[in-house]
Amino acid sequence: MSAEPDEPEGRLRRLTTIWSRALFPVTSTSLTRAEFEEQLLPLARRLSELLRARNFDADAAKGVGAALVAAHCTDPEALARTLDCVDAYLVLYCGGDGPQDELRMRSSRLQHAMAAGYAVALRERTLAEQEAIAQAALRAQGVVAQALHASEARFRAVFEGAAIGIGIADLDGNVLQVNKALLRMFGLSEQTLRGRRVQDWVHPEDAPQTWRLYEELVRGDREHYHVEKAFNRPDGTALWTNLTVSLLRDADGTPQYQLALMEDTTERRLLNLRLRYEATHDALTGLPNRSLFFERLEKALGAGEGQRFGLCYLDLDGFKTINDSLGHAAGDRLLVEVADRLQSCATAPGEMVARLGGDEFVALTTGPGTERTVDELAERIMNALVTPISIDGRDLLVRGSLGIVEGPAGERTAAEVLRSADITMYRAKSAGGNRSELADPEADARAITRHGLTTALPTALERGEFFIEYQPLVHLGDGSVRGAEALVRWLHPQHGVLGPDRFIPLAEHTGLIVPLGRWVLEESIRQARAWRERYGEQTTAGPLRINVNLSPCQLSHPGLVQDTVDILERSGVTPDALCLEVTESALIGADDDLLKPLRRLAEMGVDIALDDFGTGYSNLANLRRLPVSVLKLDRSFTQSMQQFPADPVDLKIVEGIVSLAHNLDLAVTVEGVETGAQAEQLRILGCDTAQGWYYARPGPPERLQELALVDATG
Amino acid sequence: MERPAWAPRSIDISVPSVSRIYDYYLGGSHNFEVDREAARKAMRFMPGLPKIMQANRAFMRRAVRFAAGEGITQFLDIGSGIPTFGNVHEVAQAAVPGARVVYVDHDPVAVAHSEAVLAGNDDTDVIAADLCKPQEILTSPRLDRLIDLNRPVALLLVAILHFVEDADDPYGAVAELREALAPGSLLILTHASYEGIPLPAERAEGAVDVYKDIRNPLIMRSREEIARFFEGYDMVEPGLVPMPHWRPDSAPEDEDPYAFSGFAGVGRTA
Repeated sequence: MSAEPDEPEGRLRRLTTIWSRALFPVTSTSLTRAEFEEQLLPLARRLSELLRARNFDADAAKGVGAALVAAHCTDPEALARTLDCVDAYLVLYCGGDGPQDELRMRSSRLQHAMAAGYAVALRERTLAEQEAIAQAALRAQGVVAQALHASEARFRAVFEGAAIGIGIADLDGNVLQVNKALLRMFGLSEQTLRGRRVQDWVHPEDAPQTWRLYEELVRGDREHYHVEKAFNRPDGTALWTNLTVSLLRDADGTPQYQLALMEDTTERRLLNLRLRYEATHDALTGLPNRSLFFERLEKALGAGEGQRFGLCYLDLDGFKTINDSLGHAAGDRLLVEVADRLQSCATAPGEMVARLGGDEFVALTTGPGTERTVDELAERIMNALVTPISIDGRDLLVRGSLGIVEGPAGERTAAEVLRSADITMYRAKSAGGNRSELADPEADARAITRHGLTTALPTALERGEFFIEYQPLVHLGDGSVRGAEALVRWLHPQHGVLGPDRFIPLAEHTGLIVPLGRWVLEESIRQARAWRERYGEQTTAGPLRINVNLSPCQLSHPGLVQDTVDILERSGVTPDALCLEVTESALIGADDDLLKPLRRLAEMGVDIALDDFGTGYSNLANLRRLPVSVLKLDRSFTQSMQQFPADPVDLKIVEGIVSLAHNLDLAVTVEGVETGAQAEQLRILGCDTAQGWYYARPGPPERLQELALVDATG
Repeated sequence: MERPAWAPRSIDISVPSVSRIYDYYLGGSHNFEVDREAARKAMRFMPGLPKIMQANRAFMRRAVRFAAGEGITQFLDIGSGIPTFGNVHEVAQAAVPGARVVYVDHDPVAVAHSEAVLAGNDDTDVIAADLCKPQEILTSPRLDRLIDLNRPVALLLVAILHFVEDADDPYGAVAELREALAPGSLLILTHASYEGIPLPAERAEGAVDVYKDIRNPLIMRSREEIARFFEGYDMVEPGLVPMPHWRPDSAPEDEDPYAFSGFAGVGRTA
């Protein structure tokens, strides 16, 4: 824009420039100086017009003041500088040739009106902006409040809808707020619960640390704790919970509230208890089972000095018969009744009854005085069984065998104690049952050895721990060796040499007798062949024979005949070199099926000897039926002949038997000949052969060779 | 309904706000006595504080016009505060009719006020969000409505980064924003600094302490530290300079000495 400096437009611009320079430093505008000056130019022009107008226009002047505020000249200093500028330069630059006094007057009035207009506009703007910011603050608070409300509503929904119980209490323990889940758990109304104090919820089953943790928390020494806790419900049942309590602090960290979160574990706990109960109790009788009993026994055995234990091990006599005859249901009912009765026998503290299985029960008593209490307990148990038990209208008489073990704690393991009780119970049973026996270490040891031998038997055969000794059979007429009885021995690694009485019954019991018997037969036949090779088929008095014992078990074994034939054939020994000895008792009441194998062997030429003759009440008439060719007279008949004179009754009996045997074409062998007198007596009585210490003890096969040699040369 | 992440637990207008203090410096009345009290206290140490704010506004005005001249029609102003006058949308829409402007602030009162001011202007909007969480800004539906991130955007960070402490990772936030911008976008930035203040540093520190007291600490950074915000940008002439030196409309020597406090610059993404 260009204007001549002295033209009116040029003068107006000069005024504007001066005004703008004065004003710009006190404005807040973001306009440039030039832009700002352009904004002022119309205002200056307006002032110039108002100065020269015929009439004074106050409103227009006010408008110029207001325009300053609109141009963001809100600092009152801007008004002062504006008025200074108008006062000094408006008349000078815009008055022209007009009357100076009037112009000055008009300028003053314009300034007054401008000031008023500026003040009004600034006031309006200030109020408007204050209003705007207050509204903005309010709206912002509204938004926040709404958000907060929504958030609170959400948290409230979480609080109310949570499956776990939530409660808030102050630090004095006053319950302030609880959710529905918690009310449900406690079975209380909100009103009732709200008035309560946390400290009122002491429960007998509280863990020892529960309330210590609580105190630490409310003191502010602990942020949270976790316990399992029970609460009493109004219906008298217990509520079990997993309880987590946290300390709530305010923004400054000062403890304010306690927050409890609880999970109802009552059902789970009941289930656990039930599972534990089922795992430790017998389903039929409800008595503690073997595992719980062992737990308790171990605890009793682990008790401190001065503590003792007493144990009664009961096995019902003949329970199998009841089960077999009346059925298992009746048997079960009987067991339940027995269990009930036993239970009532052990009611004192430290006493318990358990069912180990089947018809086996145990009762335990503990404490320092079990030497006395165990006897009383045993007596109560035996008495409890006296009254018959009524099952299906039948009165059943129940008897039991009781093994009692008593002793100090800390010496034996539970398994050892129970084994001793078991052994002792079997002693009572062996003694006829319906009685109790007190454990005896020696009896235990024997039983334990027996047990040890039984279990060691199979490996002993594999390892070749058995060997055979031979006891010569001597002809009473000429004193010649006619053969030998094979007697098996066990060279046990710990117990040394064991005789057949120690292990044959065990082998019979376990069935090992069959392979063992076969081995003895093989070994003996092999030995017989060795002798025959050495001395020829015949000695001076006939063939050398080997006597081998057959147990009842072997007798009924289907492979007996075939095995024997195979062994004889394999070693090339004729059947007449073998004599099988069978005990009289094994053949008592034997039927034809049992006798058939023996008959076949006898037909082949094997001699059969009836061992221990005279001890089994045998029916003499039976002798005809038996395929025997030799009677072996039991040593009990010949014992009295060791002295002189012999018992005349024994002499008569032996004489009779010999006579009977010979009439039946049976040879007679006597056992246990220990003296020369005895031998002489038996020879006179007509016995054919004899064996015993008088001739030789059982020994290795070489010994027999020596004897035979002596005999051959003598 | 979820409580927005930005919403504070309550609005306490008894606590001074930097937006309202800024308004007071600029002669506005969008403020409360607590704000004015804090502003007056700071001005006792640095009487020229309003001149710094005014220089900020003037620079912003020139920079927005520059951006419009570069063909940019989308503007994202983070830390917009309370727009008293001469706002980005006024300048931009005057230069380019239909220019789109999105304001962002984390002060709920400033946001509520902006909403009132912008009511009826469909090409503008305001987002309540925090510069330190750029994803909240970038994924906002309001931003999506107005700004196409596949085209250049002028990002304004005017007088805001000096309110972000290093612990809140302002460099990371600026970088995250940069990565979202299309090539040819501009970063328009000013930042407070002890450099250029026509006072001994101890006096300036007095003003800084006022902001510390109102729990809005003012982080004065060196020119080098401020320059690091432009990593990944090519500086537009004349680079990072005192505000009056950035493409002035009038002779810088006419400016108030306080206007030279701090630095301003514009960068362009490759």
